[in-house]
Amino acid sequence: MTLLGTLALWIAFLLGIWGAIAGFAGGHSGRADLQQSARHAVFAMCAVLLAAVISLEIALFHHDFNVEYVAAYTSRNLPTFYTWSALYAGQKGSLLFWATVLSIFGSLAQWLTAPRHRVYLPYVAAVTCLVATFFVSVTLFAANPFDRLPYTPVDGRGMNPQLQNPGMVFHPPMLYLGYISITIPFAFAMSALLLKKLDADWLVAIRKWTLLSWLFLSIGICLGMWWAYVELGWGGYWAWDPVENASLLPWLTMTAFLHSVMIQEKRGMLKKWNLGLIIGSWLLSIFGTFLTRSGVISSVHSFTQSPVGYFFLAFLAVAAAASFTLYGRRLPLLEAEAKLESMVSREASFLFNNLLFIGIAFSVLWGTLFPILSELVQGTKVTVGPPFFNQVNIPLGLALLALTGIGPLIAWRRASVPNLQRQFAVPAAAGSFTLLILLVAGMRDFYALVAIALGGFVTATVVQEFARGARARHRQYGEAYALALGRLIARNRRRYGGYIVHTGMVILFIAFAGMAFKTETEATLRPGESVSLRSPYGWTYTFTHLGVSQYQALNRLVTAATVEVARNGKKIGLLSTEKRQHVDATGRPTFEPSTAVGIRSDLREDLYTVLAGVVNGTEQAVYRFTINPLVWWVWYGGMIVALGGLIVMWPGGGSPAVKRTQAGYAVRLVETK
Amino acid sequence: MTSDCRIVGLSDCNRRQFLGLFAGGLLLSVHPTIRQSVDSLPAGRLYQPDWAGRPADPVTAKDNLAVIQAIEKRLRCTCGCGLDIYTCRTTDFSCTYSPALHREVLAKYDAGQTAQQIIDGFVREHGQASLMAPPKRGFNLVGYFLPGTAVLVAAVILTVVLRRWTRAGAPAPVAGTPLGAQGATPAELDRLRRELEGLNT
Repeated sequence: MTLLGTLALWIAFLLGIWGAIAGFAGGHSGRADLQQSARHAVFAMCAVLLAAVISLEIALFHHDFNVEYVAAYTSRNLPTFYTWSALYAGQKGSLLFWATVLSIFGSLAQWLTAPRHRVYLPYVAAVTCLVATFFVSVTLFAANPFDRLPYTPVDGRGMNPQLQNPGMVFHPPMLYLGYISITIPFAFAMSALLLKKLDADWLVAIRKWTLLSWLFLSIGICLGMWWAYVELGWGGYWAWDPVENASLLPWLTMTAFLHSVMIQEKRGMLKKWNLGLIIGSWLLSIFGTFLTRSGVISSVHSFTQSPVGYFFLAFLAVAAAASFTLYGRRLPLLEAEAKLESMVSREASFLFNNLLFIGIAFSVLWGTLFPILSELVQGTKVTVGPPFFNQVNIPLGLALLALTGIGPLIAWRRASVPNLQRQFAVPAAAGSFTLLILLVAGMRDFYALVAIALGGFVTATVVQEFARGARARHRQYGEAYALALGRLIARNRRRYGGYIVHTGMVILFIAFAGMAFKTETEATLRPGESVSLRSPYGWTYTFTHLGVSQYQALNRLVTAATVEVARNGKKIGLLSTEKRQHVDATGRPTFEPSTAVGIRSDLREDLYTVLAGVVNGTEQAVYRFTINPLVWWVWYGGMIVALGGLIVMWPGGGSPAVKRTQAGYAVRLVETK
Repeated sequence: MTSDCRIVGLSDCNRRQFLGLFAGGLLLSVHPTIRQSVDSLPAGRLYQPDWAGRPADPVTAKDNLAVIQAIEKRLRCTCGCGLDIYTCRTTDFSCTYSPALHREVLAKYDAGQTAQQIIDGFVREHGQASLMAPPKRGFNLVGYFLPGTAVLVAAVILTVVLRRWTRAGAPAPVAGTPLGAQGATPAELDRLRRELEGLNT
């Protein structure tokens, strides 16, 4: 199987080179045979890379421990679920996975692109092949998952216990899919630049791809937060870790693009900006991979570090130079077709929204790289942790949340004062009322107050938009309100799906604000002893240690400690937290003992319990108890964001004429002579 | 009645065998060298303490002091995890650095040092990298203020550019005849304008 896998990689490498050459030559010369050959090269590359993946999976499932990758990431007693995900648990496998998914996306782009956009495809094939070839070459020359060991171990080392979590089965592929799918819009952007075909046509061709990429990134980031929360045991879901930051960067720029592209589609403006955002997003996705792989900045994701990061740095430098050179040469062709008519317009609000997205992306990038910069400039290593990022980003994030509510209230082209008064009255009142209630309730944390009050404002904006739309349909077509609401969303998926995403973001911001009220304590308890902790809602939770049990399960030896939880003296349930010593099939310990947290979650707060250890081999247990308010809202806010994204990208949604009307091409009230 | 006793688990045993078994059982239950089952361990002892990882130290009242937690949340663990001392010592129970650093913080606190003195002491001993965020002085100020300043400057530039664009882009006054002149009343026109504004959001 390893021979087949390596052979497949070599064939993919040669096909990729040919596809790139044929694509560029075919695009430049217009020769149909070369164009067709490039297209076929993409499909063939996809087929052989799939063969390589299947070869590796067969080696994994057959426990072929003579293969170094199989021995390093699996063991005989690893559950099947995780044996499958071992494909991307390590550096080498994940690079192969990346190249394969890119070739699948490249093939789908060749296959599914509408005939009117086929002119872009030769260059799209060339760029896709070039990028995929880079990944294949790294796999072949620096990180081959089919390398064999000079001996065959009895059993493998097994998978890192932190990766043996359902969240880790889905989180990495989702993020990879997000990162990788940005290559397709980037390829179309390069194609449009090379063809000098820079109207809004290429934007239509990439619309679904950009949404798909944004959706995968959003889901991937949320799953990563969930995994960090339930698996790492530190009681939070976002630590501003460099690799977390790396996933956030392209998400921010893609979100900025999804807003600003509307201005180009409706008004023919911001062509330079949108192209820059697509190129920047793609470069950031490669940069994220570089950060994950290189270990240049210390991170909790250190299990993927290796020298291949420098391959990525070189590729990043060459790709940035090539794409921005091409971009610079085409700048004269990227002039706007229309001018802005008013500072108080939807277009202007989108520009400020873009400014904030890019500002946050810049501050995240700046904070991530500042340790390196500091060492270069002042010769001193510094740490840039959560205090720095919170201080810099929270104000920008809140300004962005405010714009989430302001933007939809301002008319396209030009808003009049009466229009603004009418639009802002209810949301502003809702925001102020929310603030008042919170102040009366005794909340004094400034950022939390602002976040929740702005949440009230944005929610009122969204509700007002839905209510007005449904009422208009009810009046015009006589539909019942529920039906009118359903049809409103179905006929204007982009607009109302977007509002659903905004709702999800509001929920996320409120949930983030909840962490300002986190409380925690450590305690050493003998069986029967208790400790109490007061929640931000004023309840007193009592945790009574029941005892410690030990047992064997699957591939681990478990020490489980259980507490009984009571709220204001009333028993509400049990919480168990574990220490897990993973072992291989021969019973040898494979990793340091890991911790499984006990969580009791409801709408208001999470009770989060961690077994730190036991004292002198007795049932006297050391615990950390944490009360995390509103965490549940993070997961459901994330689901609502994903749901909104799905609605936006769902096919259909009205005729172009309807869309033009919705776009706000206002009727002039004068007639020209 | 026969000499056999018939009890569950034993069949066809006579009185002598029964007494022998009884005596053996008694001996087994009191003999200290005989391996015990898990359930008969002395109360509170774990069957395999190794499974639970490194033995933990009991928590003291000082460990939970808000001031100690606040200090430790500002100091970075030197194990390379990137977490602060408090988070690392209460999360990564295989780390040997964070408990030692915690003891160092407690020792300095017991010696009567203030929070700032403890933090300054760590910076002297372990360098600036021991802080979770760089101190606000020298080049680090660039780190703190550049993103916010950049956004503000960009916002000002954007505002100026937008003003210029809007002046250039505002539709030239058109010598037009209001549609109202062709039959619509001012009230109707006003209503139409309001409806369009409603649609236009």
